[in-house]
Amino acid sequence: MHRLLFGDNQFFGVNHMSEEKARAQAMRFQHTDAIMEVLDAAYAEGIKVFMCTTHDRVAEICDHVRANPQKYAQLEFYPCMPYAHKYANGVTEHGVVEALRRFLPEDGAVSALFKGGMAVATKDVEGIAQLLIDAEMKMFAGLKTPVIFLQNVVTDLLLGLGFKEAFRIFADHVQKKYSAEPGFITMNMPMLLDVLEELGIDNPIICSNINKIGFRMCGGMETYERIIATRRFRPIAMSVLASGAIAPAEAIEYVARQPAIRSIVFGASSRGNIQQIRKLVEASSVVR
Amino acid sequence: MIRAGLIGLGKMGISHQAILRVHPHVQLMGVCDSSQYVRDVLGKYTPTPTYGDYRRLIDECQLDCVVIATPSRFHGEMVKYALERGLHVFCEKPFCLDIQEGQRLVEIATAGKLVNQVGYHYRHIETFLEAKRLLDAQVLGEIHHVRAEAYGPVVLRPAGSTWRSSKEQGGGCLYDYASHAIDLVNFLVGAPVRISGAMLNSIFSKTVEDEVYASMHFANGATGQIAANWSDESHRKMSTRISVWGSNGRMTIERQECQIYLRRAVESPVALPRGWTIRYATDLAQPVWYYLRGEEYSNQIDHFVRCIETRADDNICSFKSALETDKVLELVLQAAQSGSAAVQSPAGPRKRTTRYGGLFRFANRTES
Repeated sequence: MHRLLFGDNQFFGVNHMSEEKARAQAMRFQHTDAIMEVLDAAYAEGIKVFMCTTHDRVAEICDHVRANPQKYAQLEFYPCMPYAHKYANGVTEHGVVEALRRFLPEDGAVSALFKGGMAVATKDVEGIAQLLIDAEMKMFAGLKTPVIFLQNVVTDLLLGLGFKEAFRIFADHVQKKYSAEPGFITMNMPMLLDVLEELGIDNPIICSNINKIGFRMCGGMETYERIIATRRFRPIAMSVLASGAIAPAEAIEYVARQPAIRSIVFGASSRGNIQQIRKLVEASSVVR
Repeated sequence: MIRAGLIGLGKMGISHQAILRVHPHVQLMGVCDSSQYVRDVLGKYTPTPTYGDYRRLIDECQLDCVVIATPSRFHGEMVKYALERGLHVFCEKPFCLDIQEGQRLVEIATAGKLVNQVGYHYRHIETFLEAKRLLDAQVLGEIHHVRAEAYGPVVLRPAGSTWRSSKEQGGGCLYDYASHAIDLVNFLVGAPVRISGAMLNSIFSKTVEDEVYASMHFANGATGQIAANWSDESHRKMSTRISVWGSNGRMTIERQECQIYLRRAVESPVALPRGWTIRYATDLAQPVWYYLRGEEYSNQIDHFVRCIETRADDNICSFKSALETDKVLELVLQAAQSGSAAVQSPAGPRKRTTRYGGLFRFANRTES
């Protein structure tokens, strides 16, 4: 895995510190050109991974990358699925079962439709999950997706419910069908790691908040630090800057002093900020 | 361990199931839903037993408490059943669409010394709690205006077939969205005593309103406005904002931050400088034992559990407080019909002792 991964929160109006800032970003990035400009800047800074949700607008980014294969020869996507609001709003509008029916693929492929209908009718959770994953992956067709993540709202819901089988289903499907490694985003890393170990998912890739102020690190900072230092898994740090609550140098220093952390996912809106993070990470890696 | 049951496995119910199941002091004994489909899937893949009849869940599982997350029209019957069997009850919002019924439930819970809570989760968001601490410390001086707003993307097409599109079942923007904004007003500055200029408009829905606007009038003469719209997809998810103006400045509170502007510095009981102070959720939020969608969902269940453990009767979001919110919702409905609606016995937010107080009170009385 690469050391630096580029995230997408800033493009879609997500900011944990300020709604005004989130809205300003949503306005700035409402056209895909503006997103591509920043992605190009990141790419030029040597950041070759775009870790993104399966937001509808990511499909436009995918189209652009597919249309310029030479330019983005080294670009990899780490899809994070599903874009949970889409499903949550569907459930609110239609109820659980009807929402499920609506989200299953129905364009053209009669077999997929039939399979989906059957899967829903027979409560074949594995079949439903596979179809939903395939539906989310469609936008990445022909692109490199070496790691595929389960988004935190879903990971954490399944974790809380004790629906452990679903992690196994997800891991198996992304490995078999996409030759990708499964990754899991969570706000509850210690609890999740126990479950993944129990399921025999070896050396799992887990992306969680890891930051100097303990923001959304459930179980506490000390527990996180101990587990990162002592357990076998591949941690990815997100929310390192806590949406801007921590100064970059301090934020990177905290993560860099934990050598087991493989990667850092971060978002930025300008080349200057991207460069700053890259330089800080490089400098801290040299010290390490 | 506290033995808990859960009734209703919709969006909120499933989220409660996850939170309850992993709470270190709770043993989730069973969950109940009328949908066979949902029961079958959860029954097969999760360790929690499922029930189709809530009475069986309550009668057979020797519960200490129950969480009720069904559509609002079932709340009255289910809450009553649970309370009469001595269970502590957490009920989703809005509490009870019938004020008299809600009043009876408050009485049963109080008489039985049972912990009772309603799921107005915004009361458990750190920025709003911080605002409550500051407002209680009167940093804004005399409050004269409050604005409560809630916007988000729920109904964006002329469709919808769930209970949310039925007024009788507790659907509509008023019960779903405006209720949160109104509950926060009640929490932060106290309940209005009169509602006027209420407008319930439909944008996409056939049978319920998609937007709500109304003016609030407080016993001390302060005024306020409510604006809610659940057909506004320019907001990625529900966005709730409360703004409060007082003689010493203003405060705007959202999930992420609490912005305070003071005319003069205050020294005690909290010290705040003149000008802008921003409190961020990233600094205020404390890690929870388990996180799903927001600290507040875990915090509210934890608060309920702690109240049961300590037999505390100072629940931050009791049936009584939720009934106050139901009453304001009722006033909004009445005002939409008749122009204005007031409560019988005014109970003001906080004393207003400026020289204008009397004038405001007089003006208020002549209007109503």
